[in-house]
Amino acid sequence: MWAYPEALLAGAAGTLRIFVICLVVGLILGLLVGLGRYSKLRLAYIPASIFVEFFRNTPVLVQILWFYFAMPMLMPFEISPLMAASLGISLNSAAFSGEIFRAGIQSLESGQWEGARALGMSQTQAMRRVILPQAIKRMLPALTNRAIEIFKMSTLASAVAYVELLQQGKLIASIHYNPIEAYTCIALLFFIFLYPLVQSTYFLERKLRQSD
Amino acid sequence: MSTQRPKDLLRVSGLRKHFGNQEILKGIDLTVNPGDRIAILGASGSGKSTLLRCLNFMETPTQGQIQLSGQVIGSERTLRDGSIQTTYSERELIRVRQRVGMVFQQFNLFPHMTALGNVMEGLRTVKGMSQDAAQTKALEQLARVGLLDKASDYPARLSGGQKQRVAIARALAMEPELLLFDEPTSALDPELVVEVLRVIRKLAEEGRTMLLVTHEIGFAYHFANRVLFIADGVIHESGTPDEVLKNPRQTRTQAFLARHNEFKF
Amino acid sequence: MYNWDFAPILANSDVLGMGLLNTLKLTGTALTFGVPLGLCLALLRLSRWRLLSMPAGLLVEFFRTTPPLVQLFWFFFALPILVQVEMTPFVAAAITFSIQSAAFFAEVFRAGIVSIERGQSEAALALGMSDQQAMRRVILPQAVKRMIPAFMERSIELMKTTTLVATVSYADLLFQANELAQKTFRPLEVFTVTALIYFTVIYAASLIVHRVERRLAISGETTVH
Repeated sequence: MWAYPEALLAGAAGTLRIFVICLVVGLILGLLVGLGRYSKLRLAYIPASIFVEFFRNTPVLVQILWFYFAMPMLMPFEISPLMAASLGISLNSAAFSGEIFRAGIQSLESGQWEGARALGMSQTQAMRRVILPQAIKRMLPALTNRAIEIFKMSTLASAVAYVELLQQGKLIASIHYNPIEAYTCIALLFFIFLYPLVQSTYFLERKLRQSD
Repeated sequence: MSTQRPKDLLRVSGLRKHFGNQEILKGIDLTVNPGDRIAILGASGSGKSTLLRCLNFMETPTQGQIQLSGQVIGSERTLRDGSIQTTYSERELIRVRQRVGMVFQQFNLFPHMTALGNVMEGLRTVKGMSQDAAQTKALEQLARVGLLDKASDYPARLSGGQKQRVAIARALAMEPELLLFDEPTSALDPELVVEVLRVIRKLAEEGRTMLLVTHEIGFAYHFANRVLFIADGVIHESGTPDEVLKNPRQTRTQAFLARHNEFKF
Repeated sequence: MYNWDFAPILANSDVLGMGLLNTLKLTGTALTFGVPLGLCLALLRLSRWRLLSMPAGLLVEFFRTTPPLVQLFWFFFALPILVQVEMTPFVAAAITFSIQSAAFFAEVFRAGIVSIERGQSEAALALGMSDQQAMRRVILPQAVKRMIPAFMERSIELMKTTTLVATVSYADLLFQANELAQKTFRPLEVFTVTALIYFTVIYAASLIVHRVERRLAISGETTVH
């Protein structure tokens, strides 16, 4: 097991790569979706809602396989495993993040808006200077949870043979016939990495609640 | 073990209670005789609620001895430095709580049971009574507090005063030797306070032994045969209602009463 | 322009139907074992003795923190060798998801129990009840009512997670879809239809959950998430 540090390192790199991609895309897209869901314009609200409902209620693996196998039939270009997995995971987390953003913005009492508008701020200024900063504080715990979920979902990319940790685990297990060691090792790696992060989100949550 | 019948129902000696680094009760000595009606007054933070909660062991004393009908609660051990350490077993405390009833400020009725269910619960689950016997007894108690017609109502349907009266019935059903009231009317709207005080007064007239932590000074005067004023974790002043409430000796007692000057005798 | 052709799908709808049934079977089994196990774990975690609460806590944290697919692979490939027992895909999958959902349900139970105000357990104890009696007669009945929405949400999550078994060749809906796509060379139609099937089932389930949440909110129950 330990004879293959490069394999594991390559896997870890792959995991991190897809994590960062999906996190960034998921958050940015999620913000747009969230604003869309919050907006009064039907032009924004309806597509955003359909997006959210669809991608929240369909399993991620189904989406990944769809992007990998089904979409190439419609597109003139190749879809790499990374692209397919990233699309599936990002869109899924965008849907969940979108709801987090929307709830965060809505949770602020209207008094904040009124205070900002009374000063003569425009809608955008109010959003930028008053609403979002406060909303982000409230959304941080849920968003960090989402990030951890994304990290865990990176393993799904192994279904389309993308090189990440689990995929490397499968490889090692099949070469050396040692699934026990291989998969135990992978599980422990994930646990050792994620557990402190999970604990710090609890800590973060408590801290934020105190400062409210 | 003394062979004569103990006169006192409850004897507290040297009761101390720490919460972490803070010492809330700093040495309380108290004797309660059968039929006593003791009102306990004090500012918030004085330790009066903690004292009450130690008497049915909702809080375990850090130091000191509590005797119920002459029987020392807990097992005592003398340490090398001469101090006494008491350990309490859960089983013993459970039995004590069957003999000492408590009524809470926030009622704490069980919302998933009807009023009747609440009053029956202790009889069925703790005393192991049969359904019929428990029901009969529970209905009796509800009638005593004047809520027979509300027996099949859930707590959500009851007013605060009614809830507290059901809570009293629930405690009474267990036939406790001693009843503890922890600010029973503090959470009630003023109009509802009277109905609860009326029930408590009736219990007093029946000769029940009761300890009442309250802010209702006027009621305390009429209800109690003894008043304790707690300050800084000790009994600052004690005596008859006339002594403590009309002619307090200590300045702190006077100051406290002056602040609560809306009572009428 | 792509030529959509759904005929092969309709021809093989029984295969997909079987897959859906297997998905439901797996979800149901995992729930049946996961819920009671979750309750046990929660009670162990809340226990006063660290000898009981720490292992339970560790188990729960481990299964909540590690990726489900890794767990599945372990139970599928590592466990049979470890205990020298042959396992069908269904059994391995059922064990994985039972323990996994138990870990999540344990958290729901724990949050629900802890959310009941202290006053309730105080009143129960003041009547002379033991801890177990108080839990059984007063705390749990109230906690369970609050946890119902969270339970239903977790169950829906479980249904989504069961798709992972397609990677270890348990014949659930996604697996059948994948096979069918390869057989008919019509991945677009197959996967689109599959996605829609999942969506319909899960969306319908989540609507029911929302209904239940609203009903409970109206009746004045606070809920736990």
